[in-house]
Amino acid sequence: MATLTETPIPAPLKDPIPGPPSGQDPGSLLPGKLVRARPLFDPEIVRRALRDSFLKLNPLTLMKNPVMFVVEVGAALVTVFLLRDLFTGAGGLGFEVQIAIWLWFTVLFANFAEAMAEARGKAQADALRKTKGDAMAKRLVGKKYEVVPASKLRSGDVVIAETGDLIPGDGEVIEGIATVDESVITGESAPVIRESGGDRSAVTGGTKVLSDQVRIRITSNPGETFLDKMIALVEGAERQKTPNEIALNILIAGLTLIFLLAVATLHPFAVYAVSSAGAGVVPTIAVLVSLLVCLIPTTIGGLLSAIGIAGMDRVMQHNVLAMSGKAVEASGDVNTLLLDKTGTITLGNRQAVEFIAFEGVTEEELADAAQLSSLADETPEGRSVVVLAKEKYGLRGREVAEHEAHFIPFSAYTRMSGVDIDGRSLRKGASSAIAKLVEDAGGSLPANFQEVSDRISRTGGTPLAVADGRRALGIIHLKDIVKGGMKERIAQLRAMGIRSVMITGDNPLTAAAIAQEAGVDDFLAQATPGDKLTYIKREQGEGRLVAMTGDGTNDAPALAQADVGLAMNTGTMAAKEAGNMVDLDSNPTKLIEVVAIGKQLLITRGALTTFSIANDVAKYFAIIPAMFLATYPALSRFNIMQLHSPQSAVLAAVIFNALIIIALVPLALRGVKYRPVGAASLLRRNVLIYGLGGILVPFPGIWLIDRLLVLLHLA
Amino acid sequence: MTVNGIAQILIFFLIILATTKPLGIFMARLFEGKRTFLHPILRPLEVLTYKVIGVREETEQRWTQYTAALLAFSVFSFLFVYLLQRLQGVLPLNPQGFNRTSVTPDLAFNTAVSFVTNTNWQAYSGESTLSYLVQMAGLAVQNFASAAAGIAVAIAVVRGFARQQMDSLGNFWVDVTRATVYILLPVSTVVALFLCWQGVIQNFNHYTTLTTVEGVKQIIAQGPVASQEAIKMLGTNGGGFFNANSAHPFENPNPLTNFLQIILIFLIPAALTYTFGVMVGDRRQGWTVFSACAVMFLAGAFFCYWAEAQGNPTLAKLGIETHATALQPGGNMEGKETRFGIAASALFATVTTDASCGAVNGMHDSFTPLAGLVPLFNIETGEVIFGGVGAGLYGILLYAILAVFIAGLMVGRTPEYVGKKVEQKEVKMAMLALIATAFSILVLAAITSVIHFAEPTKDAKGQPVAQSYWNPPGPATANFANNGPHGFSENLYAYSSATGNNGSAFAGISVNTPWYNFTLGLAMLLGRFLFLIPLLAAAGSLALKKKIPQTAGTLPTHGPLFVGLLVGTVILVGALTFFPALALGPIVEHFLMQSGKLFALLPFPLWS
Repeated sequence: MATLTETPIPAPLKDPIPGPPSGQDPGSLLPGKLVRARPLFDPEIVRRALRDSFLKLNPLTLMKNPVMFVVEVGAALVTVFLLRDLFTGAGGLGFEVQIAIWLWFTVLFANFAEAMAEARGKAQADALRKTKGDAMAKRLVGKKYEVVPASKLRSGDVVIAETGDLIPGDGEVIEGIATVDESVITGESAPVIRESGGDRSAVTGGTKVLSDQVRIRITSNPGETFLDKMIALVEGAERQKTPNEIALNILIAGLTLIFLLAVATLHPFAVYAVSSAGAGVVPTIAVLVSLLVCLIPTTIGGLLSAIGIAGMDRVMQHNVLAMSGKAVEASGDVNTLLLDKTGTITLGNRQAVEFIAFEGVTEEELADAAQLSSLADETPEGRSVVVLAKEKYGLRGREVAEHEAHFIPFSAYTRMSGVDIDGRSLRKGASSAIAKLVEDAGGSLPANFQEVSDRISRTGGTPLAVADGRRALGIIHLKDIVKGGMKERIAQLRAMGIRSVMITGDNPLTAAAIAQEAGVDDFLAQATPGDKLTYIKREQGEGRLVAMTGDGTNDAPALAQADVGLAMNTGTMAAKEAGNMVDLDSNPTKLIEVVAIGKQLLITRGALTTFSIANDVAKYFAIIPAMFLATYPALSRFNIMQLHSPQSAVLAAVIFNALIIIALVPLALRGVKYRPVGAASLLRRNVLIYGLGGILVPFPGIWLIDRLLVLLHLA
Repeated sequence: MTVNGIAQILIFFLIILATTKPLGIFMARLFEGKRTFLHPILRPLEVLTYKVIGVREETEQRWTQYTAALLAFSVFSFLFVYLLQRLQGVLPLNPQGFNRTSVTPDLAFNTAVSFVTNTNWQAYSGESTLSYLVQMAGLAVQNFASAAAGIAVAIAVVRGFARQQMDSLGNFWVDVTRATVYILLPVSTVVALFLCWQGVIQNFNHYTTLTTVEGVKQIIAQGPVASQEAIKMLGTNGGGFFNANSAHPFENPNPLTNFLQIILIFLIPAALTYTFGVMVGDRRQGWTVFSACAVMFLAGAFFCYWAEAQGNPTLAKLGIETHATALQPGGNMEGKETRFGIAASALFATVTTDASCGAVNGMHDSFTPLAGLVPLFNIETGEVIFGGVGAGLYGILLYAILAVFIAGLMVGRTPEYVGKKVEQKEVKMAMLALIATAFSILVLAAITSVIHFAEPTKDAKGQPVAQSYWNPPGPATANFANNGPHGFSENLYAYSSATGNNGSAFAGISVNTPWYNFTLGLAMLLGRFLFLIPLLAAAGSLALKKKIPQTAGTLPTHGPLFVGLLVGTVILVGALTFFPALALGPIVEHFLMQSGKLFALLPFPLWS
């Protein structure tokens, strides 16, 4: 490619791929979505989550969450002491009962948050499972086929799928062409073409053949199909903790241990204080456990896994399948975004905008020749030439059948196409190819031929020369149209600290002009798949994380190398296997949304961690004076909330601690609002809300609960 | 508070601000292996050292090798100091004829650990326990060695951030040698001469016996003090030649030497923040760490000074003037040297505990409760406000790791600090260090609060069969000098100081018993090595990583916002861990004092 200065016009496609309408916000353009947007508290989901919250009390499962496990052990301990006091008839039972109840609620609330997040996925998985059903396969044996259950198919088997059949498994079309309804996977109701060879050969199990017949070589074993993977993914069955989640878990487990030390040593300290002051009593187990539970980061501990699951869920609501949570997390970290020019930055096709005639040729003459040569050209470029000629010069598309017309299709070798009509030989094509054609035929090129074509290239256009025999008539100016709003989005990316790099097969001049128009930070011109891979490796070598989209088999190595590889669902199986996300809408612009979701996930985690730790300040002010009021009445100076009694203070803190988990479930599931602004202002804003807010909010909260407890005569 | 007092604190800070950059650049050059202006004079000494100890200068060590070298160095130092103490009776330079009965094995253990770990906790009185040889060849040498080791570890940790895709952190022996030869030795030498000029003694004489004008016979201790005094401050060691430490006129004769001593404490730690900035290639990062320390230092110093200047309300009620007047300082002068006064004592106490120095020029035990809270809290937050030489820097970097990890997520990227991703390993190591510190302070103080020692068993005739070894019979709390919250503060302070490798004492506890010597020794070991090894491990993992270029999306770890975050993390983590304990100590004591209740000195038990 490196020796070419112009881009060949792509061969006319027999059947254009029904891609998504370009230039729209992918969030809104989808007719149907993989995950039906459900209300946050869908009754069906809530019912399921309520049941699961109790099942999750099993200490063996809860052990994976050290913070909530400590709470459960504490709750059990208080319950045991409560039972003992019940039998010995000790006083103050009302307080102990309430503490025990609220401690159990704390665990249940955290379980509920996780169960809610999981239940949303499970409901979707059930729906998918139904579509999987018990498809039958027509397996080829020799020249005939036998009908076997789809679950018996192995990788390498060849099956036949005809009109009305469900495709029994993932595979490659090896023969034939068919329209396929893939709405079960993509939610897109318009059928797509699947044919052997090329980049549209991959078919997915569970989709339906609408017309024609194809032979398919199965590429996956039962249980490993795309649909199986999807079910496992949405259900969260294969959910593994992401690296950052594990690290955060270590942090909150460590904090839990520190608070355990602080509370456990408080007992001997209290023994000394009581004996030395000669007044008061050592705090009871119920009070000590209450203090511990209030201090350990239960808010983030209870919501952490829900945040992760909800993040995956949000990606899916954008019709993107993330193969792992790790990929979603990595997308928040992306520094460099490789965007394919065509289809991502520009509308998928170039359009004719101008006819530039050479000396001695009228523009009408040129337009007429251009239109004639493009009549059989079904590419968007070809059609745009016909349309421009009609709009500008009122030339109608003629019925060519009445003439003796012989159309010459585009070939990569000649890099031109055209028509032989009425003894004329009209050609249009890459300017260098036309120049050679004219000169070879003994004609001479107009003086400004090169200058005009260079000028168009420089402005990002593609020059397309038109010749009639040995006479060069003029040049058609084809222009790439940058998608509306693209420039603003790229500017947003820059504000987020992400470099966008445009990848194109165009020559450097053309590429530079479009790069400038779209406002991207860098571009890679005349890019081969190998160049892409090299670029990614270089960026990664400098410590950057790279995201890219791709669909062809030759994109696979780069997709695999990139930290976030978003494969298009229309792409080949190889591409889908290599990437770590698949966009079911095949809309490459969606990479930007995925990055935002990744960031949102991380922000939500950080915000709730900060909030959780900041909350502790107020709880100390509630519990410490309550604990030692009898020993050191002077500590009541610390009771700045003027809580009613030691019991009401401890109870209020515990209740607040439990309720805040439930109150934050919607935030955990929806995620903290993300604005595409720089890190500094994002940090300032979030520190104010979740840091400072986290310190302040519990004061009125605990005070209010204390008042209510007094009103209800509960303390 | 007086204008003069406030000015002293501010002038002190300005001097530190001025020395930070030049010394910081000097150290960065030194540890990056570049030539400095001292090389023409000192390079031969450095080369000679490598020849003698058999080290190849270019050899690099992985974090494990670096740690192993540090541990070997510490073990050797420990054995050397231990044996030197036990054998002092048969060794020279011992005019007072001290022998091994004055240093019991448990005391020798405690002292050896104390000086090797840069703690310099002293369960002994130097002038009545140790020979000049032990003081010079044992303790003063360790003042250099433990300080140099601290600087070496800090530099290794900084290299973890500065290097990329390397599995080595430098060479421990080279770093220790350079720190000693180019920084500690030259500064100490100059300062020691200056101190001699100002009246600090330096001799090998017998103690002087004289009769005072009142006709009382008095023994005046002598010794090679100046040579130990300079490094005591410069290396943030803090172990005094005499029991009274920097309150003793032979150690710290006048306000000028006092001021110089406070400056020496912060000199290296403050400059290391700049060295950090230079070595990671972004000086703003260094200034940010400096600023966070400065904010906490100034807040602590002024709060402490304010609390001391308020004095004791009970005295005020009795009609005693507690305000500063032309004729008297007002406030709380109990336990302070009149030649230093309230401001210089409060400043000294704040600085000595911001750093892990632990030298004192007054009795912290006599501070008002809130003023006493400042040193206690400084120690419990890990002495990261500039901190000990080296230890302060790697301590605050630990907090920086935590701060970026907690708050950094809020910018929507996985956390990174100075271009390095903070991941599982780093968080694990940071938490390990924090847990070890909290464990050591809280658990040991808790056991001491409640442990009882049984009466020795007696035979038929009522004679004890065995000595009560660990502590005299009864509760360990009987060793406290005061009861109530004040006694509790003494206990908490002792274990905090040992764990934090500070070495200052609230004083008041009779700590020279096997129980205290062993538990405090254990606290020093935990606090030094379980803090430092995890950080070296984290540095080893950081050095392997690539540096991520900074973009608009990167968490800015410089500027006021991050200073606030870092300060908030230090204070919040410290406060959340120790608030219950502090509430039962200085905080409640303050409230009680305001209501007129004080805690009397208990009669010292007879055996002390």
